[in-house]
Amino acid sequence: MAAATGPSRWHKNISAKVAALPMITTALVVFIGGTAWTVVYSFTNSKLLPREKFVGFAQYDRLWNSSKWLISIENLAIYGAFSLVFSLLIGFLLAALLDQKIRFEDTFRTILLYPFALSFIVTGLAWQWILNPDFGVQEVVRSLGWESFAFDPLYNPEIVIYGILIAGLWQGTGLIMCLMLAGLRGIDEDIWKAAKIDGIPMWKTYIFIVIPMMRGIFITAIVLIASGIIKVYDLVVAQTGGGPGISSEVPAKYVYDAMFLSQNLGQGFAASTMMLLTVIIIVVPWAYLEFGGKRRG
Amino acid sequence: MGNVTKTSAEVELAPVSHEMTGPRGRKPRKMLSRRNIMIYGTLIVVSLYYLLPLYVMIVTSLKGMPEIRLGNIFSPPVEITFQPWVKAWAEACTGLNCDGLSRGFFNSVRILVPSVILSIAIASVNGYALANWRFKGSETFFTILIVGAFIPYQVMIYPIVIMLREVGLYGSLTGLVIVHTIFGMPILTLLFRNYFASVPQELFKAARVDGAGFWGIYFRIMVPMSLPIFVVAMILQVTGIWNDFLFGVIYTKPDLYPMTVQLNNIVNSTQGVKEYNVNMAATILTGLVPLTIYFISGKLFVRGIAAGAVKG
Repeated sequence: MAAATGPSRWHKNISAKVAALPMITTALVVFIGGTAWTVVYSFTNSKLLPREKFVGFAQYDRLWNSSKWLISIENLAIYGAFSLVFSLLIGFLLAALLDQKIRFEDTFRTILLYPFALSFIVTGLAWQWILNPDFGVQEVVRSLGWESFAFDPLYNPEIVIYGILIAGLWQGTGLIMCLMLAGLRGIDEDIWKAAKIDGIPMWKTYIFIVIPMMRGIFITAIVLIASGIIKVYDLVVAQTGGGPGISSEVPAKYVYDAMFLSQNLGQGFAASTMMLLTVIIIVVPWAYLEFGGKRRG
Repeated sequence: MGNVTKTSAEVELAPVSHEMTGPRGRKPRKMLSRRNIMIYGTLIVVSLYYLLPLYVMIVTSLKGMPEIRLGNIFSPPVEITFQPWVKAWAEACTGLNCDGLSRGFFNSVRILVPSVILSIAIASVNGYALANWRFKGSETFFTILIVGAFIPYQVMIYPIVIMLREVGLYGSLTGLVIVHTIFGMPILTLLFRNYFASVPQELFKAARVDGAGFWGIYFRIMVPMSLPIFVVAMILQVTGIWNDFLFGVIYTKPDLYPMTVQLNNIVNSTQGVKEYNVNMAATILTGLVPLTIYFISGKLFVRGIAAGAVKG
């Protein structure tokens, strides 16, 4: 794969180095520099502007004593757990259905994936309307005669995060389905034939043979879903704005609010550092499993 | 050229351009077997569920407000009106501006065009350098870039605000274009690097022997040979940048807000009477660009997102 193998002089590759300058700058200045900067300044008491007055873990103390942050974390955990399980489950089931050599496969796939092309803002606003208790699903069911029917997730602090989950799943499952379908198509036809000859029922073939073979796809899907979960922000802003009250706050929104609305930079830095820590806890084991033993250039 | 240009991502993507082995099509079988009813039944119900929000948005946007207050959101409009669409596009208010969503639309276009061009130009050159002109440390920078793609944006938001402020670009469209270029770089660079690495080395070597340099080979061989991947990158970027909300709201001013931000401000503004039909018309208008791209590009879109998804 490598082209410039032999011993090359420093200036010989100068064009490539110059051309790669934007990448080098981005990697070093923005990704490493920016991240390090935020982590360092999370230990200061910066308010409106960043300043270098270090206060140890004071920002973190405040963060973990803030009910808004605790609710954010709890919401993220609930949203994340359900999102992960249902995305994988629905994504796989739909992919398995589409993989039955059916007619109109392209049509079905197009329909199931189109929400993914939309902005979270569009998705959020559409579902905000459908879940509107005065006009949406709740009202329609009531008008059919079931007067006591209650389904108002966006106005009920207890279940608001599930209202957001509904929209999130609607938008995201199509992508997982596509990934799973790619995985299923990568499975050798002979395996199906062999399983059939052995008289293994289809569901058993899926669970005990096919899914273990799709390990890589599942890991990719999980990483993808997980990195989407931690980013969830636009959806909440569009659907509930964090409400009712602070019942649907999420960490990404906490960071934005602290930095740009309440002029509390230190809190924003500390919260974003916690987000980074969460990602590290998720990604490092995965990277270790994926690239650990067989690291090549 | 088609036979040499399979990247790992594309191989993963076999479903899209899947060739079946043996004779095509199903065994002749009764269409109405129980199995088929189950499969098609489930798929149709699920499809209806996925289409429902789009349907509700469209019918709501075509109704007048009195009809919305009376009726149910699933019923088709009794009297079709396009007034909400006109209002959403040209008259809806955000703050003091009452020139509708059209302002956001044109802002988004002004953000989109340079961002797409710049990010693809830079990432393709990066990918080319990484695939064909490796230098000491190039792989390290690439690794940092890919790892960086996993860092939550929130961690880097503020340092970028400071950098842009230093050079006087904070709050301008140029600043936002730079931000989109930066955050599009990991995935696009990966895409181009993998693609260029699969171009036969003989071509590259022959061009070297003929005296072509870095840019000569890039423009005369790599770009013409790789048009499909440029299209995939474009689809990825156009939908991604158009749908962005976070960067738009942070790095621009209210006058320059992209369409998504303006849409959210129109719909979620707390003042005045809620006009659900106008809101839904505005929502559809904002979704129209990526939806059009999606329906036109079809399989290429799937290729794009999956290439983005399947890390090389």
